[in-house]
Amino acid sequence: MALLEVRDLEAQYGWTKVLHGLSFAVEEGGITTILGANGAGKTTTLRAVCGMVKTRGEVRFDGRAIAGRATEDLVRLGIAHVPEGRGTFVNLTVEENLRLGAYARAGRGSLADDLQAAYRYFPVLAERKRQLAGTLSGGEQQMLAVARGLMLRPKLLLLDEPSLGLAPLVVREIFRIVRTINQEQRVSVLLVEQNAAMALRLADRAYLMETGRMVMSGSASELREHDTVRRAYLGY
Amino acid sequence: MPSRALRLGLVVVLAGAMVLPFVVTNFRLFQCAQVFIYAIALLGLNILIGYNGQFSLGHSAFYALGAYTTAIMIDQWSVPYGWTIPVAGLLCLIAGFLFGIPALRLEGLYLALATFALALAVPQILKYFEHWTGGSQGIVLSKPAAPKGVPLNPDQWLYFLTLFVLLVLLVLARNLLAGRTGRAIVAIRDNPIAAQAMGVNTALYKSLTFGVSAAYTGIAGALSALVIAFVAPDAFDVFLSITFLSGIVIGGLASISGAIFGALFIQFVPNWAQDISKAAPWAIYGVFLIGFMYVMPRGIAGAVRLGAARWWRRRAEPS
Amino acid sequence: MDILIQQVVSGLATGGIYGSVALALVMIYEATDIVNFAQGQMAVVSTYIAWSLLNAGAPYWAAFLATLAISFVGGLLLERIVIRPVEGAPVLTVVIVCIGLLVILNSVLGWIYSYIQKPFPSPFPDRPIRIGNVYFGAHDVGALAITVLVLVALYAFFRFTTLGLAMRAAAQNPASSRLCGIRVGWMLAIGWGLASLIGAVAGMMVAPIVTLDPNMMAGILIYAFASATLGGFTSPGGAVLGGLIVGVIENLVGTYVHFIGTELKLTVALAVILIVLLVRPSGLFGRAAVHRV
Ligand SMILES: Nc1ncnc2c1ncn2[C@@H]1O[C@H](COP(=O)(O)OP(=O)(O)OP(=O)(O)O)[C@@H](O)[C@H]1O
Ligand SMILES: [Mg+2]
Repeated sequence: MALLEVRDLEAQYGWTKVLHGLSFAVEEGGITTILGANGAGKTTTLRAVCGMVKTRGEVRFDGRAIAGRATEDLVRLGIAHVPEGRGTFVNLTVEENLRLGAYARAGRGSLADDLQAAYRYFPVLAERKRQLAGTLSGGEQQMLAVARGLMLRPKLLLLDEPSLGLAPLVVREIFRIVRTINQEQRVSVLLVEQNAAMALRLADRAYLMETGRMVMSGSASELREHDTVRRAYLGY
Repeated sequence: MPSRALRLGLVVVLAGAMVLPFVVTNFRLFQCAQVFIYAIALLGLNILIGYNGQFSLGHSAFYALGAYTTAIMIDQWSVPYGWTIPVAGLLCLIAGFLFGIPALRLEGLYLALATFALALAVPQILKYFEHWTGGSQGIVLSKPAAPKGVPLNPDQWLYFLTLFVLLVLLVLARNLLAGRTGRAIVAIRDNPIAAQAMGVNTALYKSLTFGVSAAYTGIAGALSALVIAFVAPDAFDVFLSITFLSGIVIGGLASISGAIFGALFIQFVPNWAQDISKAAPWAIYGVFLIGFMYVMPRGIAGAVRLGAARWWRRRAEPS
Repeated sequence: MDILIQQVVSGLATGGIYGSVALALVMIYEATDIVNFAQGQMAVVSTYIAWSLLNAGAPYWAAFLATLAISFVGGLLLERIVIRPVEGAPVLTVVIVCIGLLVILNSVLGWIYSYIQKPFPSPFPDRPIRIGNVYFGAHDVGALAITVLVLVALYAFFRFTTLGLAMRAAAQNPASSRLCGIRVGWMLAIGWGLASLIGAVAGMMVAPIVTLDPNMMAGILIYAFASATLGGFTSPGGAVLGGLIVGVIENLVGTYVHFIGTELKLTVALAVILIVLLVRPSGLFGRAAVHRV
């Protein structure tokens, strides 16, 4: 059974409809990616799953219907959303940012252990733990954002364009860590990306999105071989 | 088109305003003149806050300056009252412009504090210059009578005078805000840096807006001195500024009609509150204030605009 | 010299009170961009609650603590009931709601307790404290100590507890906070509760000096506003320091500059602040606003 199952999802900002009834699923323990051009609605899809925009349609998480629930409650079910733009608390220290990631699971498990784990995945954060998060570089802030998401001990990690504005080397590093996390902690991942080449290498299932609709889906390798995807998104 | 309906409505309202003085009591006329005066002051404040985005809690000071200019000119030098009104406006224009220059360095809350200090200082300064201002006793004037040959009593005359001034200033404000200058003023509110980049001299425009806003409020103050026929320092304390602020928010920020709605509110709602509860009238007023904000967070003008838009959309849809 | 020290300490005592109210203003401003004009009036309500408890025969410190608890809950409820319906409305709309709240509270207090001034007891002895050759009013010293105590407790709360951290987060970045599972609306409400609690302390400490009436805090709110502006509306510590500075300036101006007298004291204090602001437009300790195109 899929961990996250979305059916006929629609979403709108004010009067403008942005998602036009799309369906997809994230398998338990897997990495799923949604690809698409600028403005396709990828970010909106993640927001819709997390109850951050007005939506219609069915969203099931872990067998439970969650459409229409408040964001804060979904976090408590184990959905960690690493938002577009990273959502760093710039005036708090790195460690405070991480502590906030664990806010919703207060009491469950040791905070110190999780901080240890986060610093093990991202050693650069350990060096900077007393520094204001706003003073981190873009790549470091992205690592902080992922680490903050992990602090929840989530079942599902939603990643919104972690590659945005980062050097290829840093992106590769982050993706490597995401895979490790996925394997070690059995966290399922839904990754939204424009960087199709990288995403398809990491993911096992993939969806292609255009103007608020899913236009293609399959295993990551299938999409990689597909002519349209190759020409439009991989560029060879 | 809605504009035709609007024009028709305006004509009806104006016609009503012309007939009114001959059918209601003098006290009601006095209240109406007050509403017109408040509307002028609110218009001035709205140009500053609503359109230009500069904050002021100090407009009671300009209102006082206008009122005292008129009162002193009549009381000390026996100047015909008609002349005192433009003088008050001009004086406030200059004072506002000059105050606007240091205000350029201050933004938001800091400007609020500066203007707030101005409002606080005014009653005390007025009391200090006792020789001219009459100290706490203030200055008593006599209500101006209608010019010879005009068959109106003083209240009717003042009603028409204030209405006339209001209409002139409304039209001026409308023309000012609809043109190039208006676009620059609004651009400064929405995006000062972009406005500057597009070649708007923001410093000059901001100080000028401050001046114009103060001039409107000063003219309102001058008229109020005539209508009430009395000025005293404590009438111009900081609560007057807060009343003006409530007036423009209740009426609707950045809207010309909002000034009139706001004026009606600050003139009549305290009276109603008094009628409802003699014991705690201001509690009732506060409830009205909060209630209005709940129902119309963008003021009365905002609610009317929204309602009209809905109505037109519904009419436009084929049934 | 002795008089100078004495005046400075007494200035610090009132300054601490201004600083507390300023801090209350800044806390709410930081979280919501709203200047709560009703902050002072809420403090007066708290002080009347304390007065009623004392009048009913409660011992001072029991009444003090009970007032703090009631004020906290009261502030929290006010936010949930009165402010929440205009959450997300333009800032000025919310400010007007605060003004409405001020008017209501003031009027209702006058109705229940009348506008007649009431004496309010100080928990500290009447006898001045002598250190060397200098005498200090016991209430001045005590009030300063209590203010400092409250501020330290508050600092510890925000610095070291998870709830305090979550409140800071919610004030800075509501969207991200929700994604961490923080209930932002409740954080705001708790902020109002704490601000109300701080105001209650300020009210109970100032009432013995100025005597209690429904308009007691009007002047103090102005000073608090000035303090917050001076310190920088974005800096809680700055607001408190600003309060202390304003308190001392005010006292020294009143003592040494005779022609000014009490009438113009306020105006002069404000003028001093304005001059400071013209030099440093974002306050002494505030962050300069960042402009984006
Ligand atoms: N807050 C908003 N208000 C109104 N429209 C919005 C808002 N956010 C996004 N949109 C619109 O919704 C559409 C989808 O936006 P979305 O951010 O989901 O795209 P995206 O696929 O994430 O793009 P990108 O790769 O550039 O991040 C766009 O047309 C965008 O203009
Ligand atoms: Mg996006």
